[in-house]
Amino acid sequence: MDPIADKREQVVTRAEIEDFLYGEAALLDEWRLQEWLELLTDDATYQVPPTDLPDADARNTLFIIADDALRIRSRVRQLLGKSAWAENPRSRTRRMISNVRVLGCDNGNVRVTANFVVYRMRYELTDTYVGRYEYTLTRIDGKLKIRQRKAILDLEALRPHGKVSFIL
Amino acid sequence: MKDVSRDKLVMEDQAAGLFRVNRRAFTDPEIFELERHRIFENCWIYAGHETEVPNPGDFRTRRLANRPIIIARGDDNIVRVLLNTCTHRGTMVCRERFGNARTFQCPYHAWTFNVRGDLIGVPGQDAYSPAFDRKELALGRPPRTDSYRGFVFVNFNPSAPDLSDYLGGTKEYLDLVCDQSEAGMKVSDGLQAYSIRANWKLLVENSYDGYHGLPTHQRYFSFLAETGIDVKSGIMPHRQKALDLGNGHGVIEYVGTWGRPVAHWVSAFGELAKGHIEEKYRRLVERFGEERAERIAQTSRNLVIFPNLVINDIMSITIRSFYPVTHDYMEVNAWNFAPADESEEDCARRLDNFLTFLGPGGFATPDDVEMLESCQRGFVNREVEWSDISRGMKRERPAITDESQMRAFWRRWNQLMTAPQMRRARKAA
Repeated sequence: MDPIADKREQVVTRAEIEDFLYGEAALLDEWRLQEWLELLTDDATYQVPPTDLPDADARNTLFIIADDALRIRSRVRQLLGKSAWAENPRSRTRRMISNVRVLGCDNGNVRVTANFVVYRMRYELTDTYVGRYEYTLTRIDGKLKIRQRKAILDLEALRPHGKVSFIL
Repeated sequence: MKDVSRDKLVMEDQAAGLFRVNRRAFTDPEIFELERHRIFENCWIYAGHETEVPNPGDFRTRRLANRPIIIARGDDNIVRVLLNTCTHRGTMVCRERFGNARTFQCPYHAWTFNVRGDLIGVPGQDAYSPAFDRKELALGRPPRTDSYRGFVFVNFNPSAPDLSDYLGGTKEYLDLVCDQSEAGMKVSDGLQAYSIRANWKLLVENSYDGYHGLPTHQRYFSFLAETGIDVKSGIMPHRQKALDLGNGHGVIEYVGTWGRPVAHWVSAFGELAKGHIEEKYRRLVERFGEERAERIAQTSRNLVIFPNLVINDIMSITIRSFYPVTHDYMEVNAWNFAPADESEEDCARRLDNFLTFLGPGGFATPDDVEMLESCQRGFVNREVEWSDISRGMKRERPAITDESQMRAFWRRWNQLMTAPQMRRARKAA
């Protein structure tokens, strides 16, 4: 164990986080979902809280999405299959990520927040999803991985969006 | 405005076993305008559940039949529906989504109302003549408000039949849902507020459509199979019911392949939950006997209360209410309905089970949304005039994959839409 090298491993910069987030966005917009799965830890979670209670806890409040690792993997399998009608044919999406801030590091976990605007194009209608991401990232074998991923919508309702069927 | 109430939009031929609905019912803005009065001002419309405002002073604001309303529990513990418009010059007096208050004060001229809706404060009241009477200026109310097992409904027709009569055969099914808990049921925190670019009646049909399960929800069933459930076991025909409950209401009841928090265990719930869920079943047996306990625990039910309230008691319980903004766009609100005294663990499991299927991020509802929006787009082909809703018409005992429950809806819709011009009785003083 080299304490100095370890310390260096722990340091994280905004540039590295931004690169990571932009890379993740590209994978999702390009529907490279298997590769996106590889960015997640084995115990990763993906949540989209309800529009009326963005700070709530999924254990006692009805969310829009509250996936554990198994469900995330099933979701990806479904989206890459043929019978997820809401995404077959696939929506085009384009994510804009900005206002990236590192909120803190503790116990090897890095907490990150960023703003998002995700455009969804489907049947010549464009719907705009706006909100803020909260990530808990961790380093495994030197690589950043996603332990928790939360997309907190600023929308007051999914109107006229109707659904969150792609990975937000 | 054209009188569309004479148009023949529902065609039924019992002898031939044919039932057709003209697609103008979904696409014609004039039909939609007529519905706003004939349907939505003559039927009991769901406003909310009493448990959404549990304490005196609790309130929520929302739209009901497009009108901004407040649902509030008064200091007298009575839950009221108040029309959110100042009786002075119209401002919405309650501007928050939810909260607890002793008064609603209009921001415009500071007229103040209590939570019962009474006008209790008027700045400079001496400027008014003696004819000014605060009692006449309470916040407006729908002509009728009533509730059954905490489900609050309103009716804009003062001479509508009583709610209990109106609900009729649906009460049996509401009881099967509400009897699941000795402590009563409540609406959980968290609203799924979404929309569908389609006519509202398509969501009625979809909500108790057994026929679309396998094709539309293939990916949900493949997910269930991944969790170890045998989805091929199918739905036992002898346990199926598809019923016209009168007044346009309908229900399907069946044994589904998914787990139910009360009370059917599946391996996806985890081994630790098994004994716990079995205990819940035993308690149901103690309270109701084997037959009713089995029905409550094992069967799922999809209930439509005419015109626009769906209560689906399936892998969890959802209350789903929707309203047309235009003929081709509806707004939907959906909630989780659960035992009031659920443990944290049970609550988390139930919400989790809910999200596997239901809601705009689930593995099933988005595909329903997609189907309905696709129908609405397809309808633009107006040369294809009719939708066929004949399935199972000649059967003695319709299956849940038949469409008899939808025919019940359409017959009632047709009756209301084509009735000779109805007179509205004067609002009771």
